[in-house]
Amino acid sequence: MDYLNAIVAFANFVFVPGFAYGAQLALGALGVTLVYGILRFSNFAHGDTMAFGTMFVILITWGFQSVGISAGPLPTALLALPFGIVLTGVFLLGTDKVVYQFYRRTRVKPVVLVMVSLGVMFIMNGLTRFIIGPGDQRFADGERFIISARDFKAMTGLKEGLAIKTTQGITVITAVIVVALLFWFLNKTRTGKSMRAFSDNEDLALLSGINPERVVMYTWLIVAALATIAGTLYGLDKSFKPFTYFQLLLPIFASAIVGGLGNPLGAIAGGFLIAFSEVTVTYAWKKVANYALPESLAPDGLAQLMSTDYKLAVSFVILIIVLLFKPTGLFKGQSV
Amino acid sequence: MKKLLLATSAMAMMTGAALADGHAKEVKIGIILGFTGPIESITPMMADGAEVAMAEVTESGMLLDGAKVTPVRADSTCVDASAATAAAERLITSDGVKGIMGADCSGVTGAILANVALANGVVMVSPSATSPGLSTAEDDGLFFRTAPSDARQGVVMTEVLMDQGIKSVALTYTNNDYGKGLADAFQSAYEAAGGEVTISAAHEDGKADYSAEVGALAAAGGDRLVVAGYVDQGGSGVVRAALDTGAFDTFHFPDGMISAKLVENFGAEIDGSSGQHPGTDSPGAAKYTALVDGAFDATSPFSPESYDAAALIMLAMQAAGSMEPGDYKSKIMDVANAPGTEIFPGELGKALELIKAGEDIDYVGASAVELIGPGESAGNYREVKYEGGKEMTAQYR
Repeated sequence: MDYLNAIVAFANFVFVPGFAYGAQLALGALGVTLVYGILRFSNFAHGDTMAFGTMFVILITWGFQSVGISAGPLPTALLALPFGIVLTGVFLLGTDKVVYQFYRRTRVKPVVLVMVSLGVMFIMNGLTRFIIGPGDQRFADGERFIISARDFKAMTGLKEGLAIKTTQGITVITAVIVVALLFWFLNKTRTGKSMRAFSDNEDLALLSGINPERVVMYTWLIVAALATIAGTLYGLDKSFKPFTYFQLLLPIFASAIVGGLGNPLGAIAGGFLIAFSEVTVTYAWKKVANYALPESLAPDGLAQLMSTDYKLAVSFVILIIVLLFKPTGLFKGQSV
Repeated sequence: MKKLLLATSAMAMMTGAALADGHAKEVKIGIILGFTGPIESITPMMADGAEVAMAEVTESGMLLDGAKVTPVRADSTCVDASAATAAAERLITSDGVKGIMGADCSGVTGAILANVALANGVVMVSPSATSPGLSTAEDDGLFFRTAPSDARQGVVMTEVLMDQGIKSVALTYTNNDYGKGLADAFQSAYEAAGGEVTISAAHEDGKADYSAEVGALAAAGGDRLVVAGYVDQGGSGVVRAALDTGAFDTFHFPDGMISAKLVENFGAEIDGSSGQHPGTDSPGAAKYTALVDGAFDATSPFSPESYDAAALIMLAMQAAGSMEPGDYKSKIMDVANAPGTEIFPGELGKALELIKAGEDIDYVGASAVELIGPGESAGNYREVKYEGGKEMTAQYR
């Protein structure tokens, strides 16, 4: 029996990657949930907004790298992030003016807006590929690891290594800061309060003199910030490829819906729930069990609940169960 | 009035066609490759290879008494069978191609063969579809490939690993015809040779996160991780996650992973890894590189095979004295194999002349073409190893 090795193996292959992936999903789901709560439609263009924002960040990062600006051990992309957010914000406001505003004024049904966002998605999709290309782009620099598996083994003398990437650390820290800021903004500031009021009851909010255009504007700006941050963190941790961002849309929506659409707290919980269920349910427990159990009980097989082929199915099963028993999501969101 | 217009325009079109026929003869050959999608980083060099062969033949002026060969490109997407089928349909019905150099990935190749090539009776020569399933597919003698079946690659892969003394590996494959076919072929060959595959786990391409797959692979363990995937897709994602978590330090890469992109992505991190992809040390490869003369990377995977695929179609046309697929399909095996004068890249003009004079040729080409069984390459592989962040040739098998 060797509990320490078991814990390290578990942390290395399940907890650390799951936690970082969860934070990335949570940031994405926050953006989706905000649009749903305040503008009242499911924004299919969110995955591509992330790709679009990240593209700006990458281009600026390359610019910085070529003139020799760097953030030392941290990725240069963090310095480029604010500029990327501003550009994405401007683009989203432009999209709102050109596309969404018209439909909002005519008070169309939410499902029409969903289809409109689908159109916006295809255009952003194409623009991103047109500007930066469909392939993989690498823009991560700085230290790769806070602690690498090899160093950890040498340091502790354990058989199992624990690797924590710089990007994983940054992802989690940034996510915490962003979420704290968002909640402070929504709960303490005047604009935040008016946004929540607008979300709760549009007519009442209008009667009490809240300017809807301002609320919409702030929402898009926050969404731009969230999407760009989530996209950049994801790109730093894995790699940037427009197609993958489009695919990210599914787990992000699953997270937002499981948590309760329109509820920011739910989006965060949903993100982690989906990420961990993907990693743990299909995890082969053989290694951990071999360390943790006495020899007579150690499994011969892989001790895998189901093959990794079913990874995606897991999040959808959770989604269905939650919707069956709590249609508004785990945290009370708006019913779909 | 409407009818008159219609009739006039129909007349105009017909005379146009007749006029075109009267001028120099033109042979159109389709090039269907995944210019977008999972292997988009290697397909440009494949198409260039095929076009080099066509340009060479046109320049010689020997094909069917001075026919001009025009390539028509179409996108197979590598993964989307319906898009690929539509592209092939367009090539045949609206562009009127007389043969298809392609497709690339096994899944779309099977789809085009079954839905379009068979129905229209058009010859397909694929430079890179390697699924063992295609050996037994119904083809009316229309389908050939200058790439070997993966059943052969599975055996070669086993030999490469066994020679390095590696007896236990974890295996992950991309969840499609190519990945599954190769993984099964490898697993049966490896186990027959006394090796152990600790786990065989599929991965989906283009997914957001591969930590679940890598977690399972790491738990199963093994001396090496065999990644039967695509370098532009999930394959790189799995390798990245495996390296980052310290699950595996060394890998073995089959053909879908071997590309300049792999070295660009991982550099020295994959030192000590090995791999193999179709390739040969026959003088043909060097002659092909010399022929291309730096216009593009001639050693890129499947680029020589593409040159050969296009060349075979045109040589068979000459042997049959006709550009109709129904006439020349039976000639492909004849021009590809012995007996006859050996033909290397850059000698297509000479080959056409020999055929015209009624002599036999044995097309060797850039990839030492030798067609066996149902018209597929016998298979020569280049074993590569990674050292100091570079891809090096270990030997040829």
